[in-house]
Amino acid sequence: MEMIKVKDLSFEYIRRDEDGNVESINKAIDSISLEVNKGDFIAVLGANGSGKSTLAKHINAILYPTEGGVWVNGLNTAEDRNLWEIRQTAGMVFQNPDNQIIATVVEEDVGFGPENLGVPTEEIWERVEQSLEAVGMLEFRNSSPNKLSGGQKQRVAIAGIMAMKPQCIVLDEPTAMLDPNGRKEVIATVRELNRRENVTVILITHHMDEVIHADKVFVMERGRVMMEGTPREIFSRVDEIKKYRLDVPQVTELAYELKKAGVDLPDGILTVEELVEAIKRIKSR
Amino acid sequence: MQIIFDKVNYIYSDGTAFSRHAIKDISFTINKGEFIGLIGHTGSGKSTLIQHMNGLIKATDGRIYFNGQDIYEKNYNLRSLRSKVGLVFQYPEHQLFETTVFKDVVFGPANLGLDKLECELRAYEALKMVGIGDDLLDASPFELSGGQKRRVAIAGVLAMRPEVLILDEPTAGLDPRGRDDILEKIAYLHRESGMTIILVTHSMEDIANYADRLFVMNRGELVMQDKAKAVFSHYKELEKMHLAAPQVTYVMNALRDQGFQVSTDATTVEEARKELLGLLQR
Ligand SMILES: Nc1ncnc2c1ncn2[C@@H]1O[C@H](COP(=O)(O)OP(=O)(O)OP(=O)(O)O)[C@@H](O)[C@H]1O
Ligand SMILES: Nc1ncnc2c1ncn2[C@@H]1O[C@H](COP(=O)(O)OP(=O)(O)O)[C@@H](O)[C@H]1O
Ligand SMILES: [Mg+2]
Ligand SMILES: [Mg+2]
Repeated sequence: MEMIKVKDLSFEYIRRDEDGNVESINKAIDSISLEVNKGDFIAVLGANGSGKSTLAKHINAILYPTEGGVWVNGLNTAEDRNLWEIRQTAGMVFQNPDNQIIATVVEEDVGFGPENLGVPTEEIWERVEQSLEAVGMLEFRNSSPNKLSGGQKQRVAIAGIMAMKPQCIVLDEPTAMLDPNGRKEVIATVRELNRRENVTVILITHHMDEVIHADKVFVMERGRVMMEGTPREIFSRVDEIKKYRLDVPQVTELAYELKKAGVDLPDGILTVEELVEAIKRIKSR
Repeated sequence: MQIIFDKVNYIYSDGTAFSRHAIKDISFTINKGEFIGLIGHTGSGKSTLIQHMNGLIKATDGRIYFNGQDIYEKNYNLRSLRSKVGLVFQYPEHQLFETTVFKDVVFGPANLGLDKLECELRAYEALKMVGIGDDLLDASPFELSGGQKRRVAIAGVLAMRPEVLILDEPTAGLDPRGRDDILEKIAYLHRESGMTIILVTHSMEDIANYADRLFVMNRGELVMQDKAKAVFSHYKELEKMHLAAPQVTYVMNALRDQGFQVSTDATTVEEARKELLGLLQR
């Protein structure tokens, strides 16, 4: 069963002058069709301005299609009466945490979502604690969000969404401001949610090493989906992916360079362990 | 421009119940023309530290010298310091406020009192440098994607042609090509014009490629200042500080642990490639 269905979706940002005349039209999404199954972990890659955030905002009914349609758990996002249920089904973590943190104390901020959903008080506190723990911010529960550094805020924002227990979570570059450990923690947390609670995950990122565990990767360019496949399939096509301004994980790049120099390695090595194993195999021949 | 920090401390909301000692007894010297990489866990004090360098934040305690002059002395010209030290903030959208991208970038040099034509030339050049095409010059900064905003913010500072360029996580949110392009441009400015660069980043892979020296912050303290290779050889300590080494460094260490005779100090793909080809051809 599909969690998200996008059919022939196009979206135009229209700029108007003071009199309301159209000055320019920017087609940010150009007839995209795709489906995401329940429980999938999906990654979306693409150059700056390729349309990733615009697509994500359609899933959360923040933007509405210019053409085509988007369905979340079978609900058409273009119909007003579905809005509440769609936002409850698909939680969104944005690029900039400052725009989503509202309360003056961290734990209140995290509790805000479930409170809005009418969750009983006792359970709210349980959820707040679990979510803060999961993102490694429990010790800051009584801090003021505006005193946190960028990365710390990002983790609070993620906790805030997780506390609403959505069926689907869309993360728009959630780790862009995090240190290596924070990134690992967040990705591990999101994977756990996906695996253990079957939450559908859509992860937008510029960090190639974060998508190696995804079930499927979409690569966007100029509002279109240009590549679609497992991480191994996508990262085996090194030259093609670089054409779209992307990259491969550093160890994949290293394996690719060794291969070009004549070393007999398999395509699409994704982790340090895989490369080390492959080299060991060669040396023991 | 030489920069010296002598036992600099900064406490947010000093004297209140919310006080936070963000940087502690920081001392270092950065020489003219150096390329410094500043790394540290989130909240370790990187942003606080660099905001001292153009006088945005005044140390609670300690001294800062630019070219031997104490910047906290009464007659020191902080305004002229700000024109020499360009700072690209961590959240670029906070820096954008004009009605068009082009006007936004012109603003910095105009503020330096340069004539209109010179400002426009510089703005144009800087925007080209960060990969913003002509089609976006008249767009409102608020209509840009996240990565595009960041590029415009960087251009705004580049157009001022500072002697010291400080960038707070400038590549966060950029696509990989954009990240490489901008780092290459910064490296070029560093090489060609001798600009001093201080780059705050969470990308260990990137910093290994470019920095002369790395500064490592941990819980408000400056705990290491050394060449990249030396710093990354302590990758286990770095992990305890929520950091890491480049992926290829892990490959080399894993092979060494398995008994292979390889040098473990590779931090870039090229270095690792050479070392591994050596191993495989033996
Ligand atoms: N509010 C807006 N008004 C007008 N145009 C916009 C707006 N937001 C985005 N755009 C334009 O739409 C296109 C797609 O932008 P989008 O934000 O979806 O890109 P993205 O893939 O998320 O990029 P990034 O990696 O930089 O976050 C770009 O050309 C951008 O300039
Ligand atoms: N405006 C502020 N008010 C109070 N505390 C702050 C403020 N900005 C940062 N801090 C605190 O100072 C410490 C260092 O933060 P920061 O310099 O932003 O770190 P980094 O840039 O390394 O992530 C953190 O504990 C953070 O919570
Ligand atoms: Mg985006
Ligand atoms: Mg910072």
